[in-house]
Amino acid sequence: MTAPSVHKEPSMARQKEMISQHFKKLTTAHESGKKVVYTFVPGNLTELMLSFDCLPVHPEINALQSGMRKKSAGYIAEAERHGHSEDVCTYVKCDIGMLKKGNIGPTGEHIPPPDLLLLSYTGCFTFMKWFELLREEYDCPVAMLHVPYQGDGEITDDMREYVIRQLREDVIPKFEEVTGQAFDIDRLKDLLASSARAEDDLVTVLESAKHRPSPIDAYFGGVYYIGPIFTAFRGTREAEAYYRELREEVQERMRVGAGPITPEGPLEKERFRLVVEGPPNWTHFREFWRMFHEEGAVVVASTYTKVGGVYDRGFRHDPDRPFETLAEYCLGCYTNLNLPTRTDMISKYVEDYSADGFLINSIKSCNSFSAGQLLILREVEERTGIPGAFVETDLVDPRYFSASNVKNRLESYFQMLAQKQVQAS
Amino acid sequence: MSRVADIVTTCEELYEDLEFSACRAWKEEAPGRHAIGYLPMWVPREIIHAAGMLPVGILGGGDKLEIIRGDAFFQSYICHLPRSVIELVLKGNLDFLDGCLFPSICDIVRNLSGMWQLLRPDTYVRYVDVPQNFEPDRGGRFFRTELRKLIDDLGGIAGRPVTDDALKHSIELYDENRRLIRELYDRRSAVPWLVPTSEVYLVQRAGMVLPVEAHNDLVREYLAAAEMDDRPERDNSRVVVSGAFCEQPPLDLIRTLERAGCYVVDDDFMLVNRWFAQDVARPGDPVDALVTAFLEQGIANPARYEPHAGTKGQDLIECVRRRDADGIIFAAPSFCDPALLERPMLQKAVEAAGIPSTAFKYSENTGQLQPIREQAGTFSDSVKLWSSV
Ligand code: SF4
Ligand code: SF4
Repeated sequence: MTAPSVHKEPSMARQKEMISQHFKKLTTAHESGKKVVYTFVPGNLTELMLSFDCLPVHPEINALQSGMRKKSAGYIAEAERHGHSEDVCTYVKCDIGMLKKGNIGPTGEHIPPPDLLLLSYTGCFTFMKWFELLREEYDCPVAMLHVPYQGDGEITDDMREYVIRQLREDVIPKFEEVTGQAFDIDRLKDLLASSARAEDDLVTVLESAKHRPSPIDAYFGGVYYIGPIFTAFRGTREAEAYYRELREEVQERMRVGAGPITPEGPLEKERFRLVVEGPPNWTHFREFWRMFHEEGAVVVASTYTKVGGVYDRGFRHDPDRPFETLAEYCLGCYTNLNLPTRTDMISKYVEDYSADGFLINSIKSCNSFSAGQLLILREVEERTGIPGAFVETDLVDPRYFSASNVKNRLESYFQMLAQKQVQAS
Repeated sequence: MSRVADIVTTCEELYEDLEFSACRAWKEEAPGRHAIGYLPMWVPREIIHAAGMLPVGILGGGDKLEIIRGDAFFQSYICHLPRSVIELVLKGNLDFLDGCLFPSICDIVRNLSGMWQLLRPDTYVRYVDVPQNFEPDRGGRFFRTELRKLIDDLGGIAGRPVTDDALKHSIELYDENRRLIRELYDRRSAVPWLVPTSEVYLVQRAGMVLPVEAHNDLVREYLAAAEMDDRPERDNSRVVVSGAFCEQPPLDLIRTLERAGCYVVDDDFMLVNRWFAQDVARPGDPVDALVTAFLEQGIANPARYEPHAGTKGQDLIECVRRRDADGIIFAAPSFCDPALLERPMLQKAVEAAGIPSTAFKYSENTGQLQPIREQAGTFSDSVKLWSSV
């Protein structure tokens, strides 16, 4: 979520610097006595980790960075040489391939091995297998947090209670054991309060897309905006400062009626407003974005920017209920929602953001997202009367991104939307 | 026709009947009967039974079902089972079901539960979330409330509450079923020429659609009849099949392995029949009995978190040793993340234990069996050679 910089806005430079500092800290973690915790984005327990002075590493983020830096094909090939199937999630293979090739991270620095694998198992079964695989590579403890799925579209008391009990009796004791530090609830509460402030600003940024023209792109641009809050920085003053600055930039663009900033420059004319479901492709990220930019298409809402927290539906970390809030956060991440809830949410986005269209980027790797998306498409079309489109790509395996296919699909889709606009006018 | 052939023919008819006529007939036999479907790998069928309902295993459409509409619901890269299940739903083959349970085994079955909710809003849908934390006061406590909810829901549909006594009785019947299936597996391992895997498979499949009482009788009858048959022992290798726990290989694929010279002496088909290595029944609360059994004796499988480092693959190795097998065939459905992510860990473990293995992928409608026959044949020859030196 921290792509090579595309246009220098102060918030982008700030984010870049935050990431660079984080990787520097990681490189020297063991000398400075900090513990390194590998964990996942959905259902991450960043505030808890930070309360123990741990440094998080997110294997998915390393994988997507490898995709953007055109390194993923080699890493995937390496994992396949080690017996991994072509069929499985390419994030896993990219990560394992990177590890086999020396674990050099996105900034070119070596990523230290984990002191703890924090397997927060939210919204995807593959996470569990992924950490079982990593456990074979590293001799370190694992803290497992099983987060139940919202099969009936709600968080029940029992689900919350189950997660809280695991936090208290499994996860926190493991942190205490690994770090040698006692759990400090006041520190956790401070971090949670900070998270909530940044979350408020993030929601303002995301909802700015309701404005015409939208000052942001909530998918391609959105992945930058969620970077700090989905990863190592939620709960920190840096994250608060980043989101304050970002909000001000976006509000200023809105005030002057400017569109989003893209790698090809600011978007001058907004022709189509889209809602997008599914993660982006990282190996051809810029090329993919350009296909939208060329047509004047702006993504006004996306579900991918909710994988690490669905803040725009009201959730905020709550320092007064520290355990409950961590549990509800984990339980509420996007891929932990059932299909009817996802369908409702997307339909509502189409309406609330006055979208002209709705696109699914179906990811070969990710059954958690992809299985059932075509039914979501039908349902959303039926409920909103807005035509949908469907393209297939992958996250980090370039073999599954056919630029010509995707472009053809998008061009004909945009043509159809244009005809509809003409008819409507 | 011999008695064995008779039984196997009946089972094969049940297997091929995608209209689920036996289940429909069971429902029609008395008013107010209900049938509840379930997907692989495990659900507490005891609870369905205790509610007076018929549990029906939905294992996909096999190689006979033509997929006409199911494809339009899925992306290109996905295993085949969800396509055929949705095809069956859309064609009305599953319209006799009053509900369906979706175990938490992978993201596809999980999302299929939501698809069912959207496509069949008139039926009961339950995602059966099983704990991955096996401590009684965490995972156990959570699971107890999940099971209680299921009990209440099914009692509501049945129109009468599910009593503890009914549940105890159902647990005993399923314990008996598991004992019989264990005996079936033991006999197959002891005399695989008399109890071939294609038959063991069909006999087990019958348990997906028959009431447990009838299935218990059927397994007993088959076991008795198989002993009486006179079939020659062949110079086959002894292999364990691993990875086929969800989407099922076509029957012809199983037969192909046998024709290629392999006696399959253990496998992970239809794990629901063998989920617990011991009886579940114990004195006291029957829900507690189910919970305790799940926490303490659920068998190792890719959908169950392995909390201890260094133990991956040990159950498989132990199985190979217990069955005196010569090697392992890793057979997994294409695009099956649980099986294919698990496989490298298992391969590493069995390699370290000096156990030969081979691997291939299939789908439930795999038609091209010749390459598999050749691969299995070569493997069989090589492991026999290996075990004879
Ligand atoms: S399957 Fe999807 S959610 Fe799971 S690890 Fe892969 S990309 Fe992430
Ligand atoms: S075959 Fe594998 S991936 Fe497909 S539904 Fe079954 S367990 Fe899930």
